[in-house]
Amino acid sequence: MGTLLLLGSNADVGQACAYRFAKEGYNILLAARTIDDYQKKLASDIAIRHNVKVENVRFDALQTAEHKAFYETLSIAPDVVVSVFGYLGNHEKGLADFEEAQLIIDSNFTGNVSILGIIANAMEAKKQGSIVCVSSVAGERGRKSNYLYGASKAALTAFLSGLRGRMFASNVHVATVIPGFIKTKMVADLPPTPKPITASAEQVAEAIWKAFSKKKDVVYVLPVWWLIMFIIKSIPEALFKKTNL
Amino acid sequence: MERIFNWGIYPTIDAECTTLNAVDKIAAYVRTTDAFIPRGNGRCYGDSALQPKIFSTLALNKFLSFDTVNGIIKTEAGVLLSEILEVIVPKGFFLPVTPGTKFITMGGAVASNIHGKNHHKDGAISQYIECFDLMVESGEILRCSRTENTEHFINTIGGMGLTGVVLTVTLHLKKIETSFIKQKAVKAKNIHAILDYFEQYQHYTYSVAWIDCLSKGDSLGRSILMLGEHATPSDLQAQQAKQPLQLHSAKQIDVPFMFPAFALNELSIKAFNFLYYNKQRQQEINNVVHYNPYFYPLDILTNWNRIYGKNGFTQYQFAIPFENGREGLIKILTKIADSGCGSFLAVLKTFGKGDAFSSPLSFPIEGYTLALDFKVSPKVFALLDELDKVVLDYGGRLYLTKDARMTSATFHQSYGTAFLHSTKFQSLQSNRLTI
Ligand SMILES: Cc1cc2nc3c(=O)[nH]c(=O)nc-3n(C[C@H](O)[C@H](O)[C@H](O)COP(=O)(O)OP(=O)(O)OC[C@H]3O[C@@H](n4cnc5c(N)ncnc54)[C@H](O)[C@@H]3O)c2cc1C
Repeated sequence: MGTLLLLGSNADVGQACAYRFAKEGYNILLAARTIDDYQKKLASDIAIRHNVKVENVRFDALQTAEHKAFYETLSIAPDVVVSVFGYLGNHEKGLADFEEAQLIIDSNFTGNVSILGIIANAMEAKKQGSIVCVSSVAGERGRKSNYLYGASKAALTAFLSGLRGRMFASNVHVATVIPGFIKTKMVADLPPTPKPITASAEQVAEAIWKAFSKKKDVVYVLPVWWLIMFIIKSIPEALFKKTNL
Repeated sequence: MERIFNWGIYPTIDAECTTLNAVDKIAAYVRTTDAFIPRGNGRCYGDSALQPKIFSTLALNKFLSFDTVNGIIKTEAGVLLSEILEVIVPKGFFLPVTPGTKFITMGGAVASNIHGKNHHKDGAISQYIECFDLMVESGEILRCSRTENTEHFINTIGGMGLTGVVLTVTLHLKKIETSFIKQKAVKAKNIHAILDYFEQYQHYTYSVAWIDCLSKGDSLGRSILMLGEHATPSDLQAQQAKQPLQLHSAKQIDVPFMFPAFALNELSIKAFNFLYYNKQRQQEINNVVHYNPYFYPLDILTNWNRIYGKNGFTQYQFAIPFENGREGLIKILTKIADSGCGSFLAVLKTFGKGDAFSSPLSFPIEGYTLALDFKVSPKVFALLDELDKVVLDYGGRLYLTKDARMTSATFHQSYGTAFLHSTKFQSLQSNRLTI
């Protein structure tokens, strides 16, 4: 069976995704910034429940200088890479303090450009492989309440779309998964989002599995989000700038 | 605050329920909370796992190791037996002891020192516990086994959550060749016949009798004895042999909330018992069935506890020594039949010797054990007070994990010795019984 490299196993979506692939028999490399007690338990749990091999590996999205060595020292070259790491950040803080803004940009965008670039080159050479990356509806149009995060995700979406075009010729599949609201740690502290348009981590994982197994290009986790974003994107800028979104 | 209750839906309490999985956070909770009780999946019937402050172990849901050579599994305490079966059955192992539902946690299994239909031969779960990690009052984690922290090991098994929070459990499993059970069902016309059968068939690994509690006179205690052995491949029918280690299916049927109370009047129970008894035309049936209907016949109904209505029900489970046990059972069954307070389920089993490695609160004593369900009502509580007297007269006791109503005096008279524990860990039950 194949091996999945899961970038961001600290995130709920990452964990749900690891279980989803393990259920299909994939061996899993769980990449997180720190391998704590919980990450180790996660690894044993997935391995025992699904009878697959699971390994913890250390990966820091911000340490781009280490990415090449990280990828080259993996015990096995993965067949599929799923990237779910990201940082919502504090928008208000980011407006006053560039360090926060940069952290948002680097976590969501620069980190992915670096690691997915390295992986894409390796897969291109072998002419096989799959890359699935989670972006966000926030990247579809900059809103005044969170455009730092939105801009970093917009850049990521554009990057993935270009990468998909480049990899097409080499038989390497690149999928962009676009969730709307997700019920996870990231938004646990914010006011609750409306239920019908909030996906669970498991629903996002299912969308990721579908994107991979059906070789989709762009997947909206809840289809209603495609419609919502279609409407939001069609609002003329002259009007949009007056909204409070 | 949430409304919390256990399987009997009686009693209920508004409680603050905390769910954590990081050990350092749990330690901080334990240190800073004055009085609380750990709670697993709430499958005890009464108030054992209730308190205004509850620590839920359900996020402690990870498998830690599985030695498939020696059959030893280590999990966090909130993992359910149903999940363990999913992992171990395909590898040719089974739970060494299992209750009548697979939806309990490992921690709950330890804290109640659970028994199965094989207690007379194999003892309680205590016999198969290699070790566990226990978080005590100070937030410190003690590794407990027969050789390390032995006193904590003993007091926690059957200790009803009063010694601390069990964090992990390491359990020895039983080897099986198939996931099927070779079953023999024998009809017994009354209490004497069934007790004779128990003796005659005591070499069987599994035995349990379903008793019709409404029949009186010569038919008092008429029942069906269900015996079982793990099937070998040669026992299987062609269809079963295709998948000898087949798992239980995840299919469930939901019972709507709440079933009308009148549905369970005496008449409907009579009809049920009559059907059950008469379903079996022959004196004896031999067949091979999957472990799921054999051990967990009610699990398929997700919330069957709702059929007793929203006021809930209580399970009365006692154990009495073999000596004069027959006489005691007859007295009790007569009182129940005369009262007209029908019990939907009455289950009779036998217990073998008690064990050295379990707490003074642990339930099993050598003898008979009978479990009966009653819809909560003043009339039922009056009947149960009567039954308590008989149980005490015959040197018996009640199972704490099923209890919601006995008096402190009854408890102390039957369990005897004092049980010293930190006041940090207390339940409505331990307060009621002054444990
Ligand atoms: C249909 C049905 C059939 C049953 N059949 C049987 C049977 O045949 N034999 C039998 O022995 N029992 C039987 N039981 C009872 C059941 O096995 C016990 O009540 C068991 O303890 C429930 O486990 P739980 O995880 O639901 O724990 P809970 O009900 O949540 O808690 C039960 C007790 O365990 C303590 N506890 C739970 N987790 C921990 C922990 N991690 N650390 C410390 N203390 C803890 C609680 O404080 C409480 O005192 C049956 C129950 C049902 C509903």
